[in-house]
Amino acid sequence: MKALVITKAVLEQHKLSDEEYKKILEILGREPNWTELGMFSAMWSEHCSYKSSRIHLKKLPTTGPRVVQGPGENAGAVDIGDGLCAVFKMESHNHPSFIEPYQGAATGVGGILRDIFTMGARPIALLNSLRFGELDNANTRHLLKGVVSGIAGYGNCMGVPTVGGEIVFNDIYALNPLVNVFCVGIAKKDRIFLGKAAGVGNPVIYFGSKTGRDGIHGATMASDSFDEQAAQKRPTVQVGDPFTEKLLLEACLELMSGECLVGIQDMGAAGLTSSACEMASREGTGVELELADVPRREPGMTPYEVMLSESQERMLMVVKAGREDEVITICRKWDLDVAVIGRVTDTGKVVLKENGQVVAEIPAKALADEAPRYDRPSAPPAYQEMLQALNHDALPDVKDANAALLALLDAPTIASKRWVYEQYDHMVRTNTMVRPGSDAAVLRVKGTNKALALSVDCNGRYCLLNPYEGAKIAVAECARNLACSGAEPIGVTDCLNFGNPQRPEVMWQLVLAIEGLKDACEALNVPIVSGNVSLYNETNDLSIYPTPMIGMVGLIDEADCAVTQWFKQPGDAIILLGHTREDLGGTEYLKVLHHREQGSPPLLSLEAEQAVQACTIRFIRERVVQSAHDCSDGGLAVALTECCISGSNQRWGAVVQLSLNGLRRDALLFGESQSRILLSVKPEQAERVLRLASDAGVPASRIGTVGGDRLVIQVDGDHRVTGCTVDLALTALYDHWASAIPRALGRD
Amino acid sequence: MKIGVVVFPGSNCDHDCQYVFTDLLRQHVEMIWHKETSLAGLDAVVLPGGFSYGDYLRTGAIARFSPVMGAVKAFANKGGLVIGICNGFQILLEAGLLPGVMLRNTSLNFICKDVYVKVENAATRFTNRCASGQVLKIPIAHADGNYYTDPVTLGGIKANAQVIFRYCTADGKSTPETNPNGSLDNIAGIMNADGNVLGMMPHPERSAESILGNEDGRLIFLSMLTSFGASELQSKLVGV
Repeated sequence: MKALVITKAVLEQHKLSDEEYKKILEILGREPNWTELGMFSAMWSEHCSYKSSRIHLKKLPTTGPRVVQGPGENAGAVDIGDGLCAVFKMESHNHPSFIEPYQGAATGVGGILRDIFTMGARPIALLNSLRFGELDNANTRHLLKGVVSGIAGYGNCMGVPTVGGEIVFNDIYALNPLVNVFCVGIAKKDRIFLGKAAGVGNPVIYFGSKTGRDGIHGATMASDSFDEQAAQKRPTVQVGDPFTEKLLLEACLELMSGECLVGIQDMGAAGLTSSACEMASREGTGVELELADVPRREPGMTPYEVMLSESQERMLMVVKAGREDEVITICRKWDLDVAVIGRVTDTGKVVLKENGQVVAEIPAKALADEAPRYDRPSAPPAYQEMLQALNHDALPDVKDANAALLALLDAPTIASKRWVYEQYDHMVRTNTMVRPGSDAAVLRVKGTNKALALSVDCNGRYCLLNPYEGAKIAVAECARNLACSGAEPIGVTDCLNFGNPQRPEVMWQLVLAIEGLKDACEALNVPIVSGNVSLYNETNDLSIYPTPMIGMVGLIDEADCAVTQWFKQPGDAIILLGHTREDLGGTEYLKVLHHREQGSPPLLSLEAEQAVQACTIRFIRERVVQSAHDCSDGGLAVALTECCISGSNQRWGAVVQLSLNGLRRDALLFGESQSRILLSVKPEQAERVLRLASDAGVPASRIGTVGGDRLVIQVDGDHRVTGCTVDLALTALYDHWASAIPRALGRD
Repeated sequence: MKIGVVVFPGSNCDHDCQYVFTDLLRQHVEMIWHKETSLAGLDAVVLPGGFSYGDYLRTGAIARFSPVMGAVKAFANKGGLVIGICNGFQILLEAGLLPGVMLRNTSLNFICKDVYVKVENAATRFTNRCASGQVLKIPIAHADGNYYTDPVTLGGIKANAQVIFRYCTADGKSTPETNPNGSLDNIAGIMNADGNVLGMMPHPERSAESILGNEDGRLIFLSMLTSFGASELQSKLVGV
């Protein structure tokens, strides 16, 4: 191995600290060569090693009777009965999507799909959570269009439906957009494949695309902050080829239907380095690879480049010795490159050779598991108190409720996302029972009577104002979305998007958010089985709002009882479950109408939340519910509007009467009190529903009736001031809500 | 009835078509790998939707060179029943089994949504279970569904009643607003002159079951069964 002078500049380039370098010297007992240094740099990056978050992530609840596979593998898996399990995970592709939106988003989809089918599951659904700046910014429009077409380009071609998601627009994400992709697959419970290099002497086989010089150091790039030079990092973004990935998917599932496969892992971040060392590390074995046998796109690549390339659509597998030919035949059938590149050893080391010469030799565990773990200092930011202080008395109450409601429907965060989801094939595989545009997507599971409900959620503003409460609410609201379709939550995946962990205030947000996730998941009895952490979402020293995104899977035992959020029939009674308080802090109303992002987020009682959800699920399963909708951004008035206009077939108005009960008018109409669900039920069922809710300790009141072509909300108890009545034609509501995003994009 | 569903590299509606014929209509389905060169023993062939060869170069442009396409042509020329859905339609155009070409949607975007189509000719082997002028709700999902051909060809297929489906309103009016992709004359599906090859952009296999909220698409597949003389009794067995 050739000698190399490791200077400060070299370490800086590899994002390794002096302390980390010392540890590398200790592990190797010598200086690393260039290839080894690159491998440590990638595997010990924040992105691959979770070095700032790992000690905190340990607190999360990850077990439960349904858990088949918890965190640590390519994806998590939960039992859904009938011998099947749901395999799922969420991942971020934030940094690459900012540098190159189309390819960044596309390869984000590609990466998460591989994580799912690597486990032996056929992907059945994709969802995504996106964060952008405001649409009056030309670059934001460019990013939105690029990201949406990137997601569409990849997912559509793969034939995996993109069935839901959410998008929030806020200036804080203008230079740090978030692209989080959530994928769910179905596998036979006894046919889950893991990334393990078992069986000394077994061959290690590479298949998929050839290795090129793209994406080198992608993982390191994704573990750094951005400045004006971000565009120069474009070469670290990979280029996706969904067609090859589709072949890879089919080839993998065909390979997995046989008995020759021992272990398999995709080459994602840190490429061949991570798959090789993680597979060996999990099993306590070693691997020896001959790099000259790795299929390459171009000649002259160095071992460093081969090991750190993040070329997409590549897999590494270990198969039973003697079964190589079977495997190679299947890969060739699908027109994929395939090569035996090494074998499993008992040395515990990753040994790399080039034409027989050793070019790197590192203990697998050291790379995969022994990255330094940091308990970084945390402290609330100095501005936290100022953020939380909100003087209600200084805020004028709403004077024209019609105008305020229309302004909220015009806000892209609340407006219809049809422009986005119409570009996604959301029906392929013919399972989609509830399409995008309702609280949760619902997919039937073929061969069973069951359905899965899927939702993603997080309110970053709540998390900024109170990271603990905000994270709790993200879990609660996601579960509430599922409950509104009749599903009981069975598993969570998370994607923790935060700023620079070397800032104490960011660590403070992260630690509190993880506490919140923990408490909420425990209270709602739903385990976290997979996840991802994305740190350094910071540009020019400005961090994003803490955004712990939650993806949740729910189970519906009888698929045909699933409901949607829109009103179905005139004459149906509208019932509000839950209690409305003066919750104006952190609301979309405050942002849109008062230009403030301030206050304390709404209070959440996990006990009340669970009662409301249980009640809703029960009514839906008893088939007395015509529609169910969660009250969230924009409060009760926006939720009622959505019940009226979000249905694709017909739209029904409503006449609603609310009582102030001492609340401000804006808090009543637009406040975001948690644990509230709007039901519509057949009129003859209304009394029983109210009684059962009350027996279960859930506040419930009949607030109105479905019908007509207007939404009318009358507010009692405030006869002194006029203007707090909503009375608008559905056509006007629909026009604002449906056209806000196309209109904003029409500027180009 | 024995149906072959062709699988090109990149086909992704192959399983959906298989499911409709096997699980819903209780017919026998064989998945035909694109390298096959014989379609012996089949009663009908489905070219399913998807992104054959990644839609690289042009939709359907590479798939038409797949070995199986020689057999599909021979099968069609002998009067065999062939239906191409979405990408399958695009492949039939590229292969010359149907006249015309597909252009990019005028919006330049992929579009996935329900549309209404009017059955322009109900006296075909693909539409005999529909009423003439019946409006069907069937979803589309494509980026290249903007059908185009020269005026002479268009005149010919219109005169010969080969235009089978047109995009329309819920009550059957073909208007510019109901045209999702810029397709010439609102054309959503056409047939060859012999009446045994149909290409359509909407996906009937996605609207063939009540649990998905819509059964209109089922009529297309039932028509194919009927044209093979499946008795009324058999039709009842499959839940019509």
